[in-house]
Amino acid sequence: MAISFLKRGEKKQKQSASARKWAISLTLIALAIWAFFTYFFDKTPDAVQSWFQVWLPPSTINESLVWVICALGLNIVVGYAGLLDLGFVAFWAFGGYTAGWFMSGFFHQVNIHFGSMSAKVIPGIHLSFWLVMIIAALIAGFFGIIIGAPTLRLKSDYLALVTLGFGEIIPQVFTNGENIGGFNLSNGTKGISPIDAIGVFGKRLGPFDLGWKFLIYFFLAACMVFVSLRIRGGRLGRAWLAIREDELAASMMGVPLMRTKLTAYAVGAFSGGIGGAVYATHVNGIFAERFNFSISIILLAMVVLGGMGNVWGVIIGALLMAWINATGLPAIGDTFNNTFHTAINFPSYNFLLFGGILVLMMLFKRDGILPEARLKMISHENDDEAANTGGH
Amino acid sequence: MLKIDNLQVSYGNIKAIKGISLEVNEGEIVTLIGSNGAGKSTTLRAISGLLKPRGGSITFLGERIDGLEGHDVVKKGITHSPEGRRIFPRMTVEENLDLGAFLRNDKAAIAEDKERVLELFPRLRERISQKSGTMSGGEQQMLAVARALMGQPKLLIMDEPSMGLAPVLVDLIFETILKINKQGTTILLVEQNALAALSVANRGYVLESGVIKMSGNAKDLQSDPEVTKAYLGG
Repeated sequence: MAISFLKRGEKKQKQSASARKWAISLTLIALAIWAFFTYFFDKTPDAVQSWFQVWLPPSTINESLVWVICALGLNIVVGYAGLLDLGFVAFWAFGGYTAGWFMSGFFHQVNIHFGSMSAKVIPGIHLSFWLVMIIAALIAGFFGIIIGAPTLRLKSDYLALVTLGFGEIIPQVFTNGENIGGFNLSNGTKGISPIDAIGVFGKRLGPFDLGWKFLIYFFLAACMVFVSLRIRGGRLGRAWLAIREDELAASMMGVPLMRTKLTAYAVGAFSGGIGGAVYATHVNGIFAERFNFSISIILLAMVVLGGMGNVWGVIIGALLMAWINATGLPAIGDTFNNTFHTAINFPSYNFLLFGGILVLMMLFKRDGILPEARLKMISHENDDEAANTGGH
Repeated sequence: MLKIDNLQVSYGNIKAIKGISLEVNEGEIVTLIGSNGAGKSTTLRAISGLLKPRGGSITFLGERIDGLEGHDVVKKGITHSPEGRRIFPRMTVEENLDLGAFLRNDKAAIAEDKERVLELFPRLRERISQKSGTMSGGEQQMLAVARALMGQPKLLIMDEPSMGLAPVLVDLIFETILKINKQGTTILLVEQNALAALSVANRGYVLESGVIKMSGNAKDLQSDPEVTKAYLGG
């Protein structure tokens, strides 16, 4: 007994030591990238500069981080708790519109300023970026619970279909929310733009302050990594895993099914809200037509491609796919067209590419790029039935 | 301790349990025997809160528990070692045991209980960090029982613990059932292997097509000609 205690203590220490190691290395990576683009980029030869502009522009890096934040949130729902969610874009939209409502001149009827860097004479609600992050997360989390409460009673495929429905309904509400009983909720298809500049240390971040924005987005993504890892190691994480493995057995162990599933949904929605608000500051506006089904699918593909349930795998999946979407495919296309004198519109084939990648992954690497140890067994279950059922 | 009164359970329009009454007293091993489809597992699932009864009542330690959610029944002190084991195959033996103690916070007592169940099933100690899905059927059954014990049950419900096991392991499982009972846990046991079940139980109920056909002392049932003929292959 004493030995098992000791072991547990060691394990805890090891966990916190590795967490510290990750925190330090993440910070170093962030600072290195930031320092490179802020201080050394201008001093590099022109060839290097233009290579980066074509293949890895800073704005793509920032956008990728937005995807990482959302993919990590979806990973909690899909990867940890095993609830297939095809409507994640709804939370992205809630986050985006929260930023639109509270960080712009959209509500010109009022003039509220709190912690924002925008001029006091501009009407509208102007709150500090950090406060808006919290509000966006709370609003998205709240609607996550509202949507989840009735739908999470459904199982697997049925749940996926209903979440798909909500993922369509919510953006439609915003698209048509120009005149809800005389109230303009969302400015319809015109969208809300511009969004207030983010203020850090008394400095207003303009559209070209990508370095600072990078640090902020990186910080938020790192928070998501931290939260994901912490929850997973705790009691709630164990309950999620148990539900993913066998819902009925989990209930027999005393895991409250509804509450535990709702928490997963709410935490996922929470980060979707943050991601949506961050994205609004990245593109400097909210545009209703962007919130479409493809966002849910791309996020799901990132999670599956990277390795469901594995935080680092999901990050790699998100970075990779976000890069292909924003820069990789156009850059490859341009290079290809210039070399072979063709005029193929490569970016328009992105879904063909993603679909192809997913099919290939299912054929050759079902567990994703960095598979979670546990899931490796699920995806190979049928390869060797006897090994897992213990040979009836 | 557990008192079921006129319990009725239906799957849609099909009545699976047509008003049964039974009782489990503290310290007893009570067995529920019957052929396939008699309603044994359905009765257990109704007790565990996995199915909502259509009528009747289930009382545990003086409190009504019918209609409670599954996790609330566990909280009251009833744990379930389910039919077909239903262990978490992608988790290690230790993680499975920890999940059995999901509702408990007393770390010292959990560690003590873990030690106790590992004493009961030494095989599990050997495989403590192995993924449980890779173990043999018998070991998985041991784990299912051990996991249910980790919930510190006042009443342990066991559904077909001997199903699909080699005869040697069946004996081992029934010996262990006696041991668990001697350590102070009341047991409600459902079995198709009526002979073995009646040999360890104090009392038994014979279930047939959703009604209780016979009940009484395990010894008497064992020698009852009708039971022998129907279930014991005599």
